[in-house]
Amino acid sequence: MKLTLGPILFYWTRQQIMDFYANVASEPLDVIYIGETVCSKRRALSLDDWLELARDLRSESGAQVVISGLALIEAASELSGLRRLCDNGDIMVEANDMAAVHYLTSKGVEFVGGSSLNLYNALALQQLTEQGMVRWVPPVECSGELIRAVMHQAAEEGFTLPEIEVFAWGHLPLAYSARCFTARAENRPKDDCGFICQEYPDGLPMTSQEDQALFTLNGIQTMSAGVSNLLAEYPRMRDMGIDALRISPASNGTLEIIRTFDQVRRGAQPPLAIDGCNGYWYGEPGMLRVEEAGLC
Amino acid sequence: MQLVCPAGSLPALKSALRQGADAVYTGFRDDTNARHFAGLNFTDKQLQSGVDLVRQKGRKIYIAVNTYALPDGWARWRRAVDHAADLGVDALIAADPGVLGYAAKHHPKLNLHLSVQGSATNAAALQYYHEHYGIRRAVLPRVLSLNQVRQVAEASPVPVEVFAFGSLCIMAEGRCHLSSYVTGESPNLSGVCSPASAVRWNQEKDVLSSRLNDVLIDRYEEGEAAGYPTLCKGRFMVNGKRFHALEEPTSLNTLDLIPQLTAIGVTAVKIEGRQRSPAYVEQVTGVWRQALDRYAANPQAYSVESAWMQALDKVSEGSQTTLGAYHRAWQ
Repeated sequence: MKLTLGPILFYWTRQQIMDFYANVASEPLDVIYIGETVCSKRRALSLDDWLELARDLRSESGAQVVISGLALIEAASELSGLRRLCDNGDIMVEANDMAAVHYLTSKGVEFVGGSSLNLYNALALQQLTEQGMVRWVPPVECSGELIRAVMHQAAEEGFTLPEIEVFAWGHLPLAYSARCFTARAENRPKDDCGFICQEYPDGLPMTSQEDQALFTLNGIQTMSAGVSNLLAEYPRMRDMGIDALRISPASNGTLEIIRTFDQVRRGAQPPLAIDGCNGYWYGEPGMLRVEEAGLC
Repeated sequence: MQLVCPAGSLPALKSALRQGADAVYTGFRDDTNARHFAGLNFTDKQLQSGVDLVRQKGRKIYIAVNTYALPDGWARWRRAVDHAADLGVDALIAADPGVLGYAAKHHPKLNLHLSVQGSATNAAALQYYHEHYGIRRAVLPRVLSLNQVRQVAEASPVPVEVFAFGSLCIMAEGRCHLSSYVTGESPNLSGVCSPASAVRWNQEKDVLSSRLNDVLIDRYEEGEAAGYPTLCKGRFMVNGKRFHALEEPTSLNTLDLIPQLTAIGVTAVKIEGRQRSPAYVEQVTGVWRQALDRYAANPQAYSVESAWMQALDKVSEGSQTTLGAYHRAWQ
């Protein structure tokens, strides 16, 4: 099974980003996704910087490097930026909006369908696969059963599925808005945000009034409070034919997570229980850890 | 601009027609549409009566099959599309590429509108749906500013419809899993957001609390207006402060924007609320009919009457209304 590193979802400084990739280049990763997927105002790296980083990383790591596009495209300037990204002519693109799908399919190039595309069944997948989608990252709310049903449906209909990559570790990206919740929490207008989200390299925690951890605010993106962790599901995911597992970068400890996942895929015993949440995989509320909730 | 009104039931459909809706939109009684609420929507027989009434009045009827098809339930979505086509509805409102592809292939004469759940916020995305499925119209998510609506409408290959009144999603529709994260049920897959079955109210002394699957959404002191515990509209804690961290419990009301929306070339304005009562539909449709007619008769003299606002405030969530994202100057 492939091990992949998702794009950095938080806003880190240029130095943090460069240091991070210098560190992961020698890790056992098959695919590395880079690029800004959350907010077009984040410009620690320009598109040209990202593409240069992609080429450097490709030669240093030997991994496939993919550049991921923005998930929410509203302004004309964002659309033209996305078009340039899709036209790069060298680095494969992860489409996170149908605008990117439009540009990539018009050019006839292969692409990855990211988790913020609403692709939930084999008929939808078949359409995009025919147009060049080579890998599908299911929406994070999809259960293992849903993915299994997609595979079954594809087999019945005689469709060839793309590779399937499951979001296996990290804060889950749950929602996108025109509003910046980090700026809101700091009483700043979005157009004068001062890049305040850079002060929260793992997002800003939001709890209920009873101190129950609920969400993580990351600019215009709302994420899970808990880290989703599917390492314990490794044997079942391998047996059902999942092709790749994605680890989503955190400011600390990502290397250890990559190595732990790698050890399990090389035969080490997966943990029986995990820290973090795994409810979605079991078709339960995503915030739950099913063992704790007594659901398995 | 066409006035498109919600019909969650036959009485609501009649209210909308009586008050001057140009079109009504509705759904089947299952998880194929994004208002899959208990007691809502139409049986086959009721729907036939609804279609007959719409035809008698010379108006339009659209059917929403706008959730994402479950891989093991595809037969339900296929049946919904086939049934809508058999009824001869004026348009099918859909979001799933699987559903759109099926409809385009098997019912080429059926008009397709891209649902707001399709989450298309830009012209390039609309281009995709137009090229591949021949959509005739797109409903835009409520995250765009007026200027962005203008940009999208100008470059769009199809006419656009926008939300004019009703509940306000602060997240891009179709791109929000908050509900399934807490309750296991989501708009995309289950056709519900913050489902009523997960809601619990509790009165303790002077404090009323609302919970969703046991998660505290808000607490209200006596005299505070309590709203439905939609996840994005609760009061939460961030950096030690308690506030509406995502969105206040407000409704969208864009009566003020009728001239601008018309100038942009928006083809239709949509009233949200298939889950609301026939009385809501009656009230809101009536006010919007008057406003649109007043504007059409004399655009220069158009102004919003206070009586209209009072009537709409009465039926608004949180009794507060806002122009939502439309009014923001920034991106």
